Amino acid sequence: MPENCTYIARSSAIAARALAGEMMVMNSADSTFFTLNEVATAIFQAADGRTPLREIVRDRICEQFDVDPGQAQADAEQFVAELSGHGILLVSNQPLSSEPAR
Amino acid sequence: MSLMTEVGQKAFNLGVPIAVHMDVTYRCNERCVHCYLDHDDHGEMTTDEIKGVLDQLAEAGVFFLTFSGGEVFMRRDFFELVEHARRLMFNVKIKTNAVMIHEEEARRIRELGVDTIQISVYSHRPEVHDAITKLPHSFERTVQSIRFLREQGLRVTIANVLMTANYSDHAGVQQLAAELDAQYTLDPTITPMMDGDTGILALRIPGEELQQVFRNPMLVENQEEFCAPPKAPSETDLEGYPCSAGHSFCYVSPYGDVFPCVQFPLPTGNLRRQKFLDIWNFSPQMQEVRSIQAKHLTVCSSCSHVGSCSRCPGLAYMEGSMRGPSTADCEKSFYRTGVPTANMLRLGLSKPHSTTGDTAHLIQIRPVAVPA
Repeated sequence: MPENCTYIARSSAIAARALAGEMMVMNSADSTFFTLNEVATAIFQAADGRTPLREIVRDRICEQFDVDPGQAQADAEQFVAELSGHGILLVSNQPLSSEPAR
Repeated sequence: MSLMTEVGQKAFNLGVPIAVHMDVTYRCNERCVHCYLDHDDHGEMTTDEIKGVLDQLAEAGVFFLTFSGGEVFMRRDFFELVEHARRLMFNVKIKTNAVMIHEEEARRIRELGVDTIQISVYSHRPEVHDAITKLPHSFERTVQSIRFLREQGLRVTIANVLMTANYSDHAGVQQLAAELDAQYTLDPTITPMMDGDTGILALRIPGEELQQVFRNPMLVENQEEFCAPPKAPSETDLEGYPCSAGHSFCYVSPYGDVFPCVQFPLPTGNLRRQKFLDIWNFSPQMQEVRSIQAKHLTVCSSCSHVGSCSRCPGLAYMEGSMRGPSTADCEKSFYRTGVPTANMLRLGLSKPHSTTGDTAHLIQIRPVAVPA
């Protein structure tokens, strides 16, 4: 396992559904409601708790969107921090379990 | 425009069924005097059938799912259904009388991540509430259940349906909601029985009483704007659609029947024989509902209220035509603004006249949410 490996998983407390390529996410605990753009949706959908964030950025973001890898990683880390602050994503340096997002 | 409204509009424009109301049973442990349902079981969907329907709804893009009835807890598999729905990541709301919710059930509801529980309370006076539900001690049990749910930190909304027996009690129920730290909504909607029997419409509150509700600052925000005379309809108003029924919302019955709305009994298909998306996309009835714009309405297109009226196409359908007026909403518009509707003028009425032929008044307003 690489050093500083970050795993992300969707919280089981949330509701989520894709609408025209964007993900709607709602946390029932506080009724916060978000829509995620295409790039954020790709990260959210890949948040299976088993794939390291660095791998998600490399395979799901850099390969599909024309972005600088360093910038993509920094943006992804900021996005993960924001959603984990709202209880939408769980973050760990160990693998986690997660529900599949549709 | 709020993000939620924006998303709702997007779903409407794309024809995505973003919200579904599903009754899992019509059976009930109460016998409310105003209830429009037949409580016998005529062949409810099985656990597996409902799970299969939920899978299809998730694939179709449904996000907001309301489980209702009947009383949902009459089904022994109800938690299994909620668990399946939450695994599919629906935003789940439950409508219940809560009589069967104890500490254990409240804990389970929280664990499952249910968004909101809406509970009917008819009065702050036990004898009035129990007389409406016809279940002794139901008030006491319902209020105790609300406490259990609130102890779990769950969001509870008290729905206060107003009718002749309780229309002076809304302030008391609102106060009770505040004491229980629950939200409060008021709803003077009494609909005909599912078999078309209009006898229960006699329970609707008199229009003059509704005027008082509209002018009560504790119940209606932005009262001046809400009760203002209608503005002249614009071209945009006439190009508009009546509501989300059949556009981004629909109703599924315990028998698998799909309707545009819980209050719009136009059969469009059955999930025991057809796939949900086939019904949603290709049902001629669903397509007809979707095709109706304000300019197509036989009477209402020439009404000054057309841009602001909450005309319900389902109630209009029950009156005879989904393109026709809904007398109940005409009365609401009149008592809200004091301006007669085109339907009233057509009939030569200076004030609304009941269609039931007796002393009942036809009053319908959409739920008014008031912060607790």
